[in-house]
Amino acid sequence: MQLVLHVWRQAGPNVKGAFATHRVAANPHMSFLEMLDSLNEELAANDEEPVAFEHDCREGICGSCGIVINGVPHGPTRGTATCQLHMRKFRDGDEIWIEPWRAAAFPVIKDLVVDRSPLDAIVQAGGYITARTGSAPDANAIPIPKDDAELAMDAAACIGCGACVAACPNASAMLFTAAKASHLGLLPQGQPERDERALKMVSMMDAAGFGGCTNHGECEIACPKEISVEFIARLNRDLFKASVMAVE
Amino acid sequence: MRRVVQLYKSTIGKKIMMALTGVILVGFVLGHMIGNLKAFQGAEKIDAYGEFLREMGSPIFGHGQVLWLVRIVLIVAFIVHVIAALQLTRVGQKARREKYAKSLEYEASTYASRTMRYGGVFLLVFVVYHLLHMTTGTMHPDFQIGGIYHNLQVAFGSVVVAGFYLVAMAALGFHLFHGVWSGFQTLGLNHPRYNRYRRPLAVGVAVVIALGFVAIPISFLAGILS
Ligand code: HEM
Ligand code: FES
Repeated sequence: MQLVLHVWRQAGPNVKGAFATHRVAANPHMSFLEMLDSLNEELAANDEEPVAFEHDCREGICGSCGIVINGVPHGPTRGTATCQLHMRKFRDGDEIWIEPWRAAAFPVIKDLVVDRSPLDAIVQAGGYITARTGSAPDANAIPIPKDDAELAMDAAACIGCGACVAACPNASAMLFTAAKASHLGLLPQGQPERDERALKMVSMMDAAGFGGCTNHGECEIACPKEISVEFIARLNRDLFKASVMAVE
Repeated sequence: MRRVVQLYKSTIGKKIMMALTGVILVGFVLGHMIGNLKAFQGAEKIDAYGEFLREMGSPIFGHGQVLWLVRIVLIVAFIVHVIAALQLTRVGQKARREKYAKSLEYEASTYASRTMRYGGVFLLVFVVYHLLHMTTGTMHPDFQIGGIYHNLQVAFGSVVVAGFYLVAMAALGFHLFHGVWSGFQTLGLNHPRYNRYRRPLAVGVAVVIALGFVAIPISFLAGILS
């Protein structure tokens, strides 16, 4: 299949970027990233600068491959990261627009690669539990209702790719923060720091320059792990409780 | 109070304040809409209803006192709602300076959710006009204090004025459709058993309130009320 790609090219963080048009021949069995690999081989063969894009696992679990494809973070297949998107979803002759995540909190490093470290900062602010290290505790020593365990796992499916921010008209990181707070908040081990966690993670989220959530719901659709906006309601409730009801 | 201020500092806190003040405003528009329907019972009933609003709380409270208390609550709620909205708009704009060249494909958001900010500003303009029109009479061609039916009759004799009310109530409907649903999310009122009723409830509130309000100008235009 022959494709016309409009790819965002930007040499570095503080320079102006622009779209460059490239033509590639792709095979429908290729993944989207393999298609970009073959474009890069061609560019390199012609002594041109290859397109920088981030990738690692290529199996939908590391969260590094986020790209906006035709205005949709991670492209047209729901519940799929860019690395698992296949070219058979496109048609011969298609024009494809490829852009990086656009958020003030995610400055472009190069071409399609953005700096997502503000997400790490949110986790560092409170997305952890304090536990004694050493030998592993006995499995099932702490009883956990099955429904809670399942729900916690749904939240923990977040791979931190930032598609929620990319898709949000406000560039808000609420779905990410809510997932990271909820997967601990649903489990007994997460209770001691639950209030503090909500306060610290939300204040870091705001400080990092993300927008506020206005409940559009675009994040849930863009999420490759299909994480529900119900976790956002949960975080809101936790923050409210932590701010107003706290004893101290 | 320190806690409320602390909460308000966060984007979520601002949204929580918008949701709480929104509940007050929805309660007001619902009550106001039901009150307006008295116009269908004739001039005497609705004028008497206006008088009742001013006498509310009597004999414990004096003339207009409870009404003013309610007005103060509404004014404060309205101001908090609008200021938080403006602040969040600014945060959102700063969070995405560079726009997408190929604009985002919207899949989950609605026309209502994307126009909350413009619709809100329009409602603000409407409320100011409406108060000058129907409450103070400043912008009314032939205002009679306490003559509510007469004031409606004269106002909606003009197709332009009635049309403006219709457009404003459509905007109110859209604002409520997203606002009610969003309010549930913001206040953390979710439960797997009841979540499926949230959207229908938002539609119901929006439709009932908008239709209830527009019934009056439409009826004057159509000659059902005269
Ligand atoms: C077609 C729709 C509407 C009609 C026909 C209408 C009619 C009226 C009338 C006749 C009054 C004066 C009552 C009196 O003199 O005692 C009034 C007052 C008022 N209306 Fe409306 N109204 C409409 C929609 C709205 C909406 C959507 C809002 C708010 C978003 C609103 C806000 C107010 C306020 C704040 C007052 C003043 C209440 C007070 O005196 O404290 N109205 N309206
Ligand atoms: S490369 Fe790891 S999720 Fe796509």
